[in-house]
Amino acid sequence: MGRSVRIGNGQGFWGDSIDAPLRLFEGGPIDYLTMDYLAEVTMSIMQRQKLRNPERGYATDFVRFVDQVLPELKKRGVRIVANAGGVNTEACRATILESARRQNVNGLRVATVSGDDILHRLEQLRDAGESLAHMETGEGLFDADREILAANVYLPTEPMVRALDEGADIVITGRCTDPGLVLAPVLHEFKWASWDGIALGTVAGHILECGAQSTGGNFTRWWEVPDMAGIGYPIAEVSDEGGLVITKHDGTGGMVTVDTVAEQLLYEMGRPDHYITPDCIVDFTSISISQDGVDRVSVTNVKGNAPTPTLKVSISYLAGYKATGQLVVSGPDALAKARLCARVVWDRLAMSGVRFDDTHEEYLGVGVVHEGIVPPAEHAPEVVLRLGVKDTDRAKVDRFGKEIAPLVTSGPPGVTGFAGGRPKAQEIVAYWPALIDRHKVKADVSVVEVGS
Amino acid sequence: MKVKLARLAHARSGDKGDGSNIGLIAYSDEGYELLRSRVTSEAVKAHFSAICKGAVDRYEVPNLRALNFILHDSLGGGGTESVITDAQGKTHGQGLLLMEIDVPDDFELDQEGIGH
Repeated sequence: MGRSVRIGNGQGFWGDSIDAPLRLFEGGPIDYLTMDYLAEVTMSIMQRQKLRNPERGYATDFVRFVDQVLPELKKRGVRIVANAGGVNTEACRATILESARRQNVNGLRVATVSGDDILHRLEQLRDAGESLAHMETGEGLFDADREILAANVYLPTEPMVRALDEGADIVITGRCTDPGLVLAPVLHEFKWASWDGIALGTVAGHILECGAQSTGGNFTRWWEVPDMAGIGYPIAEVSDEGGLVITKHDGTGGMVTVDTVAEQLLYEMGRPDHYITPDCIVDFTSISISQDGVDRVSVTNVKGNAPTPTLKVSISYLAGYKATGQLVVSGPDALAKARLCARVVWDRLAMSGVRFDDTHEEYLGVGVVHEGIVPPAEHAPEVVLRLGVKDTDRAKVDRFGKEIAPLVTSGPPGVTGFAGGRPKAQEIVAYWPALIDRHKVKADVSVVEVGS
Repeated sequence: MKVKLARLAHARSGDKGDGSNIGLIAYSDEGYELLRSRVTSEAVKAHFSAICKGAVDRYEVPNLRALNFILHDSLGGGGTESVITDAQGKTHGQGLLLMEIDVPDDFELDQEGIGH
């Protein structure tokens, strides 16, 4: 038997279960706990937070979790890798160091990986001839005036491995790839240099990155999933001989089968034979999966190739404002009355001289998300009318928000469910994917030890 | 006979830029051959005609008995820009399982689940 390591992922996105990481930590043996907090839009939200308060701009859920487990962390020998640093890895670490001092946890090493945030370097990069062209449209980022909110490079996994090599108990990164959080401990433990080995760790990370989606969450055969409330989060068992088994803690809910894992393997997949990360290119058409006992799925034959010379940059910019508002319309002819409500809103706004770049109507309950697939439920006993607008003028979007509630008293009968106040304009954060020469990006690793 | 895809396959979907992806996985080798021949890009585009404004790409993943579909321009502008309810294409997998295809009368179907 070779040596193996157990890596659990306790967080699939910012807003995932706040209890899952603790349950994974306490519910059985793991060597590494990873947590993924960063969606594309998250970075721009965090930049806004940091602008208002220079001590913010990271995942505060993470800090609260770490505070709970710090005294146990070293005792259990669990190391944490998380992209909780957002756009402020230093502030995130400072809070954790303070918590460690307060709880007299000495000898703890906390690393940050930075260099992904290139927002402050954009002008310099432009002057150096980088176009940061949109990956789909080819348009140059600097061809038009844009209010750019965030710009982060998906860093390769190597700096995270370096942080673990330097003895970090906790590694805090900004933008990295989601699979990289799992790949980092694999490469730290086994020092694999082959593309197949790097691809194996990447596939482990891909299966784990959405948390419970590999253990029975969002699974087609939902009626077969036991104890969904107590669903266990996924664990990758990786051996030095190149074995990979996906499992979960004994006694937890959910299930790990070839079907739950297959669904997750294809999740958010583009070209299956060409899955590009900063670390390698994985061929998902090479992979074999098989059941290896209860709640254990073995993953073999993972093939990888060398990565591209570029890194992906995730850029976000302000693209106007949007708002949505909704009402419940009930009783006889609910759908007809809901349609009238929508027309009344647009007509009243037009009477006030307000027109929008884009408007949207939905009649939820009639068959909206599967429009054209299911026959519309024309006689639904109640309908949720959901209206949306987009515009570059924030005031107009806010004006829309004031036109929903009046329908309860000045529209057709049976209208209710207006709650939560007037909908307010939200920023539309548009996403701009681009590529950058990987030599123009430098990652920095810094390790600090508490009590030294 | 005509049956819903839910009787021979399972699926999961998510967002991919301004489009969605759907992984469609057969329960058996015979089922996979049926998916390959019946669930073409054109059929999926027609099935999602009210939702998908762009083209549909299809990739084969025979090792998982799966097809992967990309439904371009199907999210009302994409994740953060969209005001539609399913701006991330989370429901497209369930929507695809409602598609009906012709299968041989002696084909062994899954007995449970959505779609009947």
